[in-house]
Parts: sequence; C-alpha cells; structure tokens
Amino acid sequence: MEAEKLWRILTAMAVLLLAAAPHHHRAGAFQSDELLIEQEDDLGAAIGGGAGVGVGVDPVTPPRSRKRYSDAAESDSKFQFPLEHAFGDSDFSPAGTFSARLKTWSHGPQTLTKLRFSRNALTEVDKEKFQKLLQDDDFYRIRLPSNVLSPPGRDYIVSSIKARCLPRDGLDEHFVIHMDGVNILAVNYGPPGACPYPRQLKLPAKWSFNSHTILKNSEQAPRTPVFAEEISLGENGEAEVVKPPEKSFWAKYWMYVIPLGLIVMNAVTQAMNMPPEEQGGGQPQGAAPAQRGPAAVRRR
Amino acid sequence: MAAIGTRVLSVLLFLSLSNLASSLYEDQVGLMDWHQKYIGKVKHAVFHTQKAGRKRVVVSTEQNVIASLDLRHGDIYWRHVLGADDAIDGIDIALGKYVITLSSGGSILRAWNLPDGQLVWESILKGSNPSKIMLIVPTSFRVDRENLIFAFAGGCLHAVSSIDGEIIWRKDFAAKSLEVQQVIQAPAEETVRVLGYVESSQFHAYEINPRKGDEIKHVNVDFPGGLSADTVLVSDDVLVALDATRSVLLTILFQDGEINFRKTQILSLVDDSHGVVEILPCKLADMFALKTNKFLVLAKVMDGGVVELVEKIKEAAALSDAVSLSESQQAIALARHENQKLHIIIKPVHDWNIDLLKETIKIDNQRGLVHKVFINNYVRTDRSYGFRALIVMEDHSLLLIQQGEIVWCREDGLASVIDVTTSELPVEKDGVSVSKVEQSLFEWLKGHILKLKGTLMLASPEDVAAIQNMRLKSSEKSKMTRDHNGFRKLLIVLTGSGKVFALHTGDGRIVWSLLVQSLRKSEKCDYPTGLRIYPWQVPHHHAMDENPSVLVVGRCGPSDDAPGLLSFIDAYKGEELDSLVPIHSIVQVIPLPFTDSTEQRLHLLVDANQRAHLYPRSPKALTIFRSEISNIYWYSVEADNGIIRGHVSKGSCSHDEDEYCFDPKDLWSVVLPAESEKIVASETHKINEVVHTQAKAIADQDVMYKYISKNLLFLATTAPKGSGEIGSATPEESWLVVYLIDTITGRILHRMTHQGSQAPVHAVFSENWVVYHYFNLRAHRYEMSVVEIYDQSRADNKDVLKLVVGKHNLTSPVSLYSRPEVTAKSQSYFFTHSVKAITVTSTAKGITSKQLLIGTIGDQVLALDKRYLDPRRTVNPTQAEKEEGMIPLTDSLPIIPQSYVTHALKVEGLRGIVTVPAKLESTTLVFTYGVDLFFTRLAPSRTYDSLTEDFSYALLLITIAALIVAIFVTWIWSERKDLQEKWR
Repeated sequence: MEAEKLWRILTAMAVLLLAAAPHHHRAGAFQSDELLIEQEDDLGAAIGGGAGVGVGVDPVTPPRSRKRYSDAAESDSKFQFPLEHAFGDSDFSPAGTFSARLKTWSHGPQTLTKLRFSRNALTEVDKEKFQKLLQDDDFYRIRLPSNVLSPPGRDYIVSSIKARCLPRDGLDEHFVIHMDGVNILAVNYGPPGACPYPRQLKLPAKWSFNSHTILKNSEQAPRTPVFAEEISLGENGEAEVVKPPEKSFWAKYWMYVIPLGLIVMNAVTQAMNMPPEEQGGGQPQGAAPAQRGPAAVRRR
Repeated sequence: MAAIGTRVLSVLLFLSLSNLASSLYEDQVGLMDWHQKYIGKVKHAVFHTQKAGRKRVVVSTEQNVIASLDLRHGDIYWRHVLGADDAIDGIDIALGKYVITLSSGGSILRAWNLPDGQLVWESILKGSNPSKIMLIVPTSFRVDRENLIFAFAGGCLHAVSSIDGEIIWRKDFAAKSLEVQQVIQAPAEETVRVLGYVESSQFHAYEINPRKGDEIKHVNVDFPGGLSADTVLVSDDVLVALDATRSVLLTILFQDGEINFRKTQILSLVDDSHGVVEILPCKLADMFALKTNKFLVLAKVMDGGVVELVEKIKEAAALSDAVSLSESQQAIALARHENQKLHIIIKPVHDWNIDLLKETIKIDNQRGLVHKVFINNYVRTDRSYGFRALIVMEDHSLLLIQQGEIVWCREDGLASVIDVTTSELPVEKDGVSVSKVEQSLFEWLKGHILKLKGTLMLASPEDVAAIQNMRLKSSEKSKMTRDHNGFRKLLIVLTGSGKVFALHTGDGRIVWSLLVQSLRKSEKCDYPTGLRIYPWQVPHHHAMDENPSVLVVGRCGPSDDAPGLLSFIDAYKGEELDSLVPIHSIVQVIPLPFTDSTEQRLHLLVDANQRAHLYPRSPKALTIFRSEISNIYWYSVEADNGIIRGHVSKGSCSHDEDEYCFDPKDLWSVVLPAESEKIVASETHKINEVVHTQAKAIADQDVMYKYISKNLLFLATTAPKGSGEIGSATPEESWLVVYLIDTITGRILHRMTHQGSQAPVHAVFSENWVVYHYFNLRAHRYEMSVVEIYDQSRADNKDVLKLVVGKHNLTSPVSLYSRPEVTAKSQSYFFTHSVKAITVTSTAKGITSKQLLIGTIGDQVLALDKRYLDPRRTVNPTQAEKEEGMIPLTDSLPIIPQSYVTHALKVEGLRGIVTVPAKLESTTLVFTYGVDLFFTRLAPSRTYDSLTEDFSYALLLITIAALIVAIFVTWIWSERKDLQEKWR
C-alpha cells in the first residue's frame, strides 16, 4: 500500500511537471482546469485535428514524498480509446478518440498520462440531428469504455447533457474523467460553465467542438489527527499558554457604550426641550425646595 | 446586522449548550419518553409450574430472545437478547433450576439460572457438518444419575454435564456419513438411541452407552424406495417417516435390536390429497400429524405399526405437544378456528372421543390464525385436571388462556418493526371542555395547589410523589387530538407479521391495529412480506374533512422480481381502504413532490426492469405527472454488479397498453471496477428534510454557501477483501472509497479514499454534509468522518451593497447541468463505539442546530452534537472561531454519559432510529425500535421557544400579585408622605 501511494505521488508529480512546463501561469493545483481553456489554440494546432483539445490532470495531492524512484523499471505504451455519441434515442456512433500513454510501473499499478483528445468533425447528418436536439431540448449522450485497455470493459460509461447547454460560439464541452488505474469509473460531462435554467434555444455559430478534458484520481482522505505529542508538549511548557490578543476598548465594551450613549442623547434632548417648558410653566421646578419656604409663608 | 444577529444567537446557543447537550433530571424520566419491552414471536415454550412458588414460562423467540415470563400477568421476569446471528435452536429446563439453550446453529450451549436469568455456564460445541439440531434434556428425577444433557449438532452427539457444562464425551456421526434424524433417551432405559439414514436408503439405529459414549448395538435395514428427511418420533420405539416420493408413510419399529417397518399409502388415509405432504414436528405420543394442502390429518400408530386415521381437520388449526397427566395418560391440545371463534379442545391421547376440556374464546379478528399452542396442566381445587394454554397468533402476539378467558396478552408483533411513518391526529373539535379533560374541578384545583406547594418547597414527600404521578399521568399528553406544539402524533408502524399498529406518541398505547389482509398468505401471494410504509394522503386545507391514509408496500416472496403488493390504510380508523395484489415487482418507491386534488401524493414505483409505474392511477395524477415528466429522474444501484445508472422517462411503456407505465431511458452510468471496489453502503437525504438557510456565517464576518441539492447520493465502497468481517483483511489490502454523486447527471462531485479502512459503514446525509462510520484497520479503532460540501458559484455574493442593489445570483434558478463548482472539506475522528444505526435530528424549519443520534452497540442512543463533526475544527481556534461556537480539534469524539437519549434504559436489539419534527421548532421526536420500543422528545438547543412543562405559572402569578401590592403600598405611602410634606 505504501508503495502504491508512492507511485501515485510519483505519477502525480510527473504529470504535474509535464503539465506545468508549458503553462507558466499554472499556479495552484486546483486551478488546473480553468487555465487550460486558454491553451486550446496552440495545442489544437499542434495536433492538427479539427477540434481544440485541452488536457489537464487533477493531481493527487502529495501527502508525503520522500524519495523519487524515477529510474524504477517502467514502461509506457501508446494506445487509444474511442468516444461515442448519440443524439436523443439514436444509437451510438464514433465521435472521437482519446489517445494516451500508459505507464506500467514495476510495482504493478498502471496509470494514464498525456491524455489527448481529438474529436471527429460533425457531419451534415450529425448537424441536423443536433439541431433537432436543440429544438426539442433533448439529451446529447456520450459514452466511454469502462476499461481503456480492453474496451468496452464491463460496461460503457454513459453521460448525458441537455443539448441546449453546449452551444456558445462553438460547441463547448468539458470532460472530467474519473479514473482508477486503467478503469474509468465515471465521466462528468457538460458545458465548461453554467447552464442557466430556462434553457434558451441558441444555435452555435461554429459547428465544431471545443473540448476540455481533465483526468481525476481519487483523493486521499486526511488522516485522523493524533495529539499524543502535543499533549506532552503542553505538559512540559505550561507557561507557554498563548493568550488571545487583547481586544480594543470598543470591541470589548460596545454593548455598554451604545446604551449609555443613547441615555445621554435622550437626556440631552430632554434638556433641550426643557427651557421653553420652564418659561411657560412659570415656576422653575428645579428650585422647588428653595421656594418652599416663601410659599409656606404665603399660605399662612 | 444579520451576521451580528446570527453571531449573537450562535454565542447564546453555544453558552446554553456548552453545559450539557441534553440531559434530564431523575424526576423527568417518563415525562416525555416511554419504553416498551417485547420478546418477539415465540418459538419454544417450557413451563415451570410444579413445585415453584412463582409460576413461570420460559420462552425462546424468533428475535433470538430467551425470556422468563410471569404466568399470572405476562410480565417479564428476566430476558436476554442474544445477537442477531445467534438464533436459538432448542430450549429446556434441566435439574429444575437451569434453563438450557442451544443456539448459533447448535454450536453454543448455555445454562441460565432459572430464578434470575444469570448465565451459569457456557460450552462451545464443535461440529463438522451441518445437520439437524437437537437438544435432549432427560426428564429424570433420580439424583444419582450424572444429569447429562445430549446436544446433537454439526453431525456430532455431545454429552454435556448439566452441572458445569463440561463436555463428557463426543461422538461423530458425520464421519460415518449418517444423516441423523432422531436422538432418543428413553427415561426407562439406560441407553441413548441415535437413528438416521445413510444415503437416504439405509436406516441405521445405534444404541449408545450414555455414560461413556461407546456403541452398544448397531443395526441397519435397507430401504430401496429412499427416505425423505421428514420424520417424527411417535413413541420411544416407533418412528414415522415419509419416503422420497412423499406418498408412502413408513412406520419403523425398532424393538430389541430389530428393525421392522411397515408401509402405508397416504392415499389410503386421505383419499383426496394431492400436493406436498408434510409431517408436522409435534410430539404427540402414539399419534402424528400430517399436513396436506387441504387438511390437517391426525393419525394413530397401533400395535405392529398399523396406521389408523383419527381425524381430518379442514379449518386452520394448531396442535400442541403432548403433556403427560399421569404415568399412562397423556393429553394434547387442538386449537381450531370456527366462525371467527377459537376453540381449544384438550383430548387424551388414548381416547380421542373424550374431551378433557373444551373452551370457546372470542378472539380479536386482528390477531389472525393460531400459529402455535403450548399447554400446561395443573390440579384444580377439586382435584381434577385443569389446563392453561399459551397461544402464539399470526400477528406474533402471545396469549395465555385459562378457564375460558384470556388471562393476558402480549403484543409481541411490535418486536419486529420494519418501517415507521407518522400521522397527525385530528384537529380538536369544539365542545371538549376543560372539565372533561381534567376529571373534575376539584381535582384540577387540588392539582394546582399541589404544584404550587412543590414550587414553594413546602411539599411533603407524599405530595412530591403525588405531583410526580400527576405529571406522568397527565391526560394532556395522551389526548386524541392535535396539539399546538405538534408533540402528539400517531406513529404508524409496519411489523414483520404483516400487522400495522398505530401508537400514540404521548404514552405509547396502541390506538388501533390492523392485520393487513393483503399481507396475509393467500393463493395470489405465497410469502407476502411488508417492505415500507409511506404517508399516502396528508389532508391539508381543501381536503381537511378526509382522513389521512398510509401506503404499505410489500412483495410476494423474497426476491427482487417477485410480484409486489400495495395496501392503503386509513390512519385514523385503521381500516384497509384498498389493496392491489399482486402487481408488478417493486424495487424502488419514489414519493414525488406533487399531490393531486385530494392531497394524495404521487408515487413512482420502479419495477425490476426499471420501468416506472405511477400511483395513484387516476387521470388527474397522470395529467400532473405528464406536465412534469421531463423533470423526473431516478437512479438504480446494482450493488452486486457495482453499477449505478441514472434514468429518465422516455414515454409510456411500449409493450403494453398501460398508460400509467413509463419506459426508462439510460442517462448516465457509473461503473465501479469489480476487482477493487464493492458497494457497501449508500445514503441519501431524507425526503422531508427542511434546510433553513443556504448561507453559513463563519468566524471572520464571512459567508460560505452550502451546496444543497436533494439529488446527492453518498456511496461507500471497499476492496472486496475488506467487505468481510473486521480482521479478515490487512490494512494494506483494504481501503474505503467514498463518493458524492449527483443523481441527475451522474457527476462525481467528490471522491476520496481512506487507506486501511473497511466496512461496516453506516452513514447519515443531511443538508450539505455526510457523516459516516467505519473501521480503521491501521489504528485498530472505529472512526467517524465528515464531508461537507460548499457551493463556490455563489461564493461571490458577499458584498452587502451588491445584495441590496440586487446584483447577485442568489435568486437565479439552479441547474444541475451547469458545471458544479464545489469544494469539499473533510475531517476524521476516532469513535469508541461500534454503531448499529445512525441518524440526525430534524426540526420543522431546520433552524435548530443538529445532533447525530447514534445507536450504539450497547443498544442505547447517544446524542452527539454536529459541531463535534465540523471539518473546520482546528487545534487552536481563533477568538472569532470560538465565538462562533467552534470546538478545538481533538482526535476522538467525546462520549458524555449524560447525552445518552435513552438515559438508563436499553432498546434491546436496536435496529433503527426515526426522527420526526414537531411543530415547535426547537423540538424533534425520536422513535427508536428494535426488540424494544423507545420514544422521546429532544431539544438539541434546549427549548428556547417555549417554557418548560414544569414552569411554575403559580409562582409567576404570585410574584406579579406581590409586585402589584407593593406598587400600591408604596404609592399610598408616597402619597401620604407627600401630603405630610405639604402640610409641614
């Protein structure tokens, strides 16, 4: 298991290197699929097919990498596997081919690298069918073999999308192929961006596919934290208890300050209102005790 | 401001929670919870009445329970629930003080102390081959014998000392390729006889010395016709068997070392029988019972093996084993149904024309037929023989009948709950006055004065007891009307016997019960089993005058493609409204979010060919469905194949004319590699779950958006090696892969591997998170993990100004065809217990924080706050995070003894936990079922929206009155002072 993990790390790193070499602005692992869209022109030209191709590999996050067995016995072989498509309920017909290199590591696991995709150009019949799909808001379906070495494997991997989601300028499609060794588990197929709900009928300006492809392997689950070391550390250095940063006066006492302010304001407004009252009332009430004497005198 | 509000609220919640999540005081036990103990359907019963002060019966059941019941009241003296795979094969009483059980396919022999049920000894019996299982406890009263017990299991005969369970000797018969049919230990004789077949054509009889296990005699006879495995022992030296064709009866006599046999054509006994004939395994002393497709035939074996017909019984009937009244007299009981009445007739074996006892009992129709009868005799005050009969009915209930009356009755069908749903009670009508509810005004007054005394701490201990009693028996909680808080409901449970019960949540009493006719064995449906129960019609505004109804889904047979059955039941009256038997097979039931004009919910039933069938079958429902057909998707999981497929409806079925049937179209598929992954668990959201808000305010004034989609499927797979028992695989060859799959498009949103982990996996899915429990082989501990999934496409909606102006995409419709922009966060923790069931609390509006309810291996329910399973936990949370209520990260989840929902009780054989929201937002109702039932109310964040039940209104009133008096006094006082001042 340890070995397998190492191999996965290795492949991921190798693939990372390969992918990173031409794309300098590939920053983090997670942006890989985004950036590739801009690369499609040169790559497409390089392949020379009718369709644009973008291939990225979502790498396995390397948890630990100690050594590199890059010289380990390995072999790679080139091979292809087909993509087939269907319009609505029609039968599947070939739509393109994926080509990749298969790396066989000495330890057993086989991985795919350098995945390329070339799509066949749409024929007139296909275009008509596709237009019909757009009219009916029906499904455009694709399928891949579940095993890339011995297609179709146990069964085909099918995926579908409402045809109206695809047209932009051309027909934009986006594959995320979930792999496990040489097996394809699933393919997430759809437009590279959003497909807003009331799906409007829109015909593409250009009847060719812009394809983006990502290979994905399983992530490793984060390990359960074990705190044995840290507890011992805490026991040794008890004094090193990190105090929370002192808060500002306002942050600490705002709940007292605001009501106080309100009271003060209230008092002020009352004080502002008072003088006219005093004038109208005649008797300044604030001086009541002082006046008591004379008043009493008056009563007598 | 809203963020501050939520923060303040969360701080308050944290403060209120940090003390103890949910615990109660001793005097609160039983106020809002109830617990019912059951044993299940009785398989064997042994009476213990002679020379015993407390008359009791020891029973073993199909739910693997052994229990000692009080014969007077039917209460449980003691009870043991053996594990799910520890089925009881035999039970008896030895030495008059030990209950002996043979279980686990004859491999475990145990002795329990009869008075208190303590385990006395346990022996493991090792057998070589599967075989018949027999437990023979000699009924000898002579003390000088060694008191041996004989257990036959796994092809071996074991002699075990009944005093300490020591295995004295063991004799292997499987090695001689002998299929043992019967083992006899005649009380009069010194030997043990073992009878069996070799290759179904040779009959062998061995005589064995019981002290040492050595063979004394061995004789055998050839039967060219062949023998079937159906045999019954008529007496100590006569065996009745069927031949291989099941048309000839063989009476085999083995006396004095000789074997003689006699053939009798069954047709000569019963002239019009056809179909399969069976011998019933009743020990009837000189008689035996045959079951044909029409009759129950009783026949007697005369001298020389001549078989003579005694009686043919046409109705449904059951027979007991024979009990011996004296040395020469034996009696058997026959229970038969006639005109909806049950007749129990006890006859002596030697003369079938005499009735020792004949009793006719009117029995509730909902109990069905008699399945088993056990009788016990006693000596009446007038020195004649009296009998009591213990009867097991079709609905698994247990009745004791004596002197023509039902002495007691246990509803043990409730030990096998399959599924639960709830129904609201009827709305309270005008005219129910207070005096009707509270017995009388005087009582009412007395009650309140007592309560007042209690709050003012003036109550004497007797008063306290009276108050407690009053609280427990408060008629308020068991009224048959809807209450304001939504605590009173009907729990409608479907049980394994095909009976549906309605239980009141207030006190757990049975409001009605119904033995569903379509779930009973009939010609149309051989082995009907109930599968699920769904709310069918929940009346709302415009259909208020109709009663709610429930839908019971079942199938006729064990396999997936067996024909299905549907039954509709009125939830108030407990009557079957309609039933459909048999229909297409049912593999999946999808309640749709649409109702027709009578508030009947539309359901889609998917058959084994993935065709969808719409119910109710009405044109209106069809119109509603057709308008929504393009938005209805479903999926199927082929667990054995490792393939998941998504479907959408293509249109009406092509092959038949049924317009309510729809053909599927495959939209997507996920194929898991067979060599490395095997599906072990899948989980989805609860259909009726309510999520209050998508936004989650986090520490630094920030907002995260939960990815809330009802169409997510959690799937766990393990390596094929890791799907076995824990310990069967090494950490290197076992892994657990978890998936979050969108079931509309088949997209895998998240996929993660836990290396060195394995099944069993239990999972719960709620809002945007899933929590699952599995075993970590590397750490040798159970672990729980949480995965939370957040929507990134809405993450930009943070600017308040933008929100005010309306520049946000929060109100735009979500389409699953868009590329999902999600992030998943995950964290794992150790958890001490293994888990039997796991669920989450659910409240009416989804505002209250959530608790996980974990059914532990100790058959208790533990409430664990969801905040312990938060992937954002860190070792040193910042001040802001602490304010938010985040708990510092620890490597294992705490088990706080006070947070056991079941407090001191155990829900034996726990199988499931169901949570139902009450109307009061803070509260959720929890129903736990297994062999026992337990119900309680939970408030995960305390009852912040209502006063507690024991809130003293009297004290409040007194305080207010005192304040008013004080105000008046001070006012008068100040007036007077003022006057004095002025007069000065």
